[in-house]
Amino acid sequence: MNIFQKSWYNNIMKKTKQKFLEVIGGIFTGFANGFFGGGGGMISVPFMTYALKKEPKKSHATTMLVILPITVFSASTYILKGSIDWSITWQTAVGVLLGGVVGALILKKIPNKILTYVFGLVMIVAGVRMCF
Amino acid sequence: MWYAIVGFLGGIFGGMGMGGGTLLIPLLTLGLGLPQIQAQGINLIAFIPMAIVTLIIHVKNGLIEKSGLMFMIIPAIIISVIFSIIANNIQGENLQKAFGVFLAVLGVIQIVMQIIKDKKAKE
Repeated sequence: MNIFQKSWYNNIMKKTKQKFLEVIGGIFTGFANGFFGGGGGMISVPFMTYALKKEPKKSHATTMLVILPITVFSASTYILKGSIDWSITWQTAVGVLLGGVVGALILKKIPNKILTYVFGLVMIVAGVRMCF
Repeated sequence: MWYAIVGFLGGIFGGMGMGGGTLLIPLLTLGLGLPQIQAQGINLIAFIPMAIVTLIIHVKNGLIEKSGLMFMIIPAIIISVIFSIIANNIQGENLQKAFGVFLAVLGVIQIVMQIIKDKKAKE
């Protein structure tokens, strides 16, 4: 192999590896979203940051673009299966929308580090309680 | 009213990009006594308007990187529809327990990753 073939080959391998990683990330994100009705972002964000080497901020933003179409499909499946009680769903949705805006606005003002630890602990406690 | 308050709490974390749904679902089941599958369905639907609004903000801020996204989105859609159907057929206590394990594992990962980040920052 001469030097041109080698760089061409390396380039192809790099692109293939990247696409392979993207498919793997998609599979795990889709599984969480469909089976658990959420948590896809908690897989996709670290995946984009560490495996696809995106900036953390871009990972957070781009994850929304990935999760949105997935959620449209999985939510449709839940609706077709009759698992949605609309009277409480819309109330919750209004709350989530308002909370989301507040969260986005205060993000810069809150010490992120402490929040991450608190949030992680809450998840562990809630998770254990759900098992018993 | 409680549903709106619980949604608001979950939404705050969602807006900060910390996984609002993973908090909203246990609030709905442990807090308000909803069946697991209903809580999951609510979370999925409530996410959609919130995601549209935040996406508009992110696009304006130029934070979206589109390259290669289809390789992630298409398999994710196929897998998520398959597992949505499976989850709707399982339902009940077993689904809640599985979710509990998933949640606890995510919590541990989150804390470990933050510890690693803190250590790197110190070095």
